[in-house]
Amino acid sequence: MEGNWTLARKRPRLEQRARIVQTVRSFFVERDYLEVETPHRVPGNAPEAHIDAVTSDGWFLHTSPELCMKRLLAAGYPRLFQICRCWRADERGARHLPEFAMLEWYAAGCDYHQLMAECETLLTALVPEGRLDYQGRTIDLSPPWERLTVAEAFEGYASLSLTEALAAGRFDEIIALEIEPRLGLQGPTFLIEYPTELAALARRHPHRPQVAERFELYIAGLELANAFSELTDPVEQRRRFTAEEAARQAAGKPPYPSPEPFLRELAAMPEAAGIALGLDRLVMLLTGADTIDEVVAFTPELL
Amino acid sequence: MLSCSDLRKGSKLIIDGEPHVIVQFDFTKPGKGQALYKCKLRNMITGSLFDRTYRSGETFETAALEERDMQYLYRDETGYVFMDQKSYEQVTLPEEALGDQKFFLVDNMKVNVLMFGDRGIGLTLPNFVNLRVTQSDPWVKGDTASGNNKPATVETGYTLQVPAFVEQGTLIQIDTRTGEYATRVKE
Repeated sequence: MEGNWTLARKRPRLEQRARIVQTVRSFFVERDYLEVETPHRVPGNAPEAHIDAVTSDGWFLHTSPELCMKRLLAAGYPRLFQICRCWRADERGARHLPEFAMLEWYAAGCDYHQLMAECETLLTALVPEGRLDYQGRTIDLSPPWERLTVAEAFEGYASLSLTEALAAGRFDEIIALEIEPRLGLQGPTFLIEYPTELAALARRHPHRPQVAERFELYIAGLELANAFSELTDPVEQRRRFTAEEAARQAAGKPPYPSPEPFLRELAAMPEAAGIALGLDRLVMLLTGADTIDEVVAFTPELL
Repeated sequence: MLSCSDLRKGSKLIIDGEPHVIVQFDFTKPGKGQALYKCKLRNMITGSLFDRTYRSGETFETAALEERDMQYLYRDETGYVFMDQKSYEQVTLPEEALGDQKFFLVDNMKVNVLMFGDRGIGLTLPNFVNLRVTQSDPWVKGDTASGNNKPATVETGYTLQVPAFVEQGTLIQIDTRTGEYATRVKE
């Protein structure tokens, strides 16, 4: 009897993965971030129209540790990071697993510009030679990386303008099919300044209230991370949660209880920025893997 | 009825009254946005290929096609010939309808042929097939970059990745659903 070949042949990448995770952990520890673990099973998640949670005995598996991380910020922990599993129902594709590894970090007194700089430093720590070969392309990682606003990306790459796409309800489709494949091909790209209505937990831009201080990081067309300058206004946050929850229920999704402890404690949260990075996708990039299947031992289909 | 989250590579749907099979499938979702289902579809009657992207919320009619137990006989200039095990009726499938499945057919193999009226339009193979390796270079010890695998070609001309210990002449089992190596076969 031979062992399972699909598992055996992933060994070189799983060894690389273990080293990458070690480097990431050391990077944050050395920069005075406290590593924390928050519960995977929660009464509800932050309501978001297009993210579905897996149910668990009347509660839910978390789709991100975001709310617990922010409650810790509000309780006075200034710099936090977490590496954990997250679950999102029915997400399975070449770049998606319904159970995946997330790296989140939060820093008080920072905004999303400082997080962009920190992403540049993290990738430099992981790839000291400053160049990455991925799917036949060489990506130059030397900072500073391109900052491209969502409006500019629509002007440069899309068949519709941002205003037209929003009016037609085709924003996501244009981003996924026309814009994403063009981002981060020579060097990484930060796609910045999302329309406020598409950033439920992000702070409005101080001078342009129609956009929020949200960015997504793309490398070689792969969406790697999502970040905000965090919204700290509990009244505004409650208003946005109510709108997202209404959209969820209108689409027939199970109701979430309102996250009252989070909303209550948000008033005590300092100005802060936070980011969620798909760790499996980071490993894909750093090991040249075409699919997410190659960087985890077990996919759901193998169980 | 199928919803978007039921779609897979190999799903069969009715579009404009004709059966179609999804030959390539990918789920994609821009950060925090709506899910998109990118499909390459083949019309199972005409063989024509096209791309289509569906959004969550759309529904599909399943193509209810009759499957018949048949045996693979031989290949001729028109395609691959199968015989119904009960009626002895013969059905020919063109090469385009088979794709990579043509590499996993061995003489007298029992298969399911998918019928649209009296026309054969697709095939379900046994999950595993045994094929002999006809060509594979010895593994270079210390080649850790490629891990412990190397390419091999089997008797039907199909090339796949196998473990380092598989040699030319070894009989191996291949998973016909994924096209991947499963195990060596004891002889």
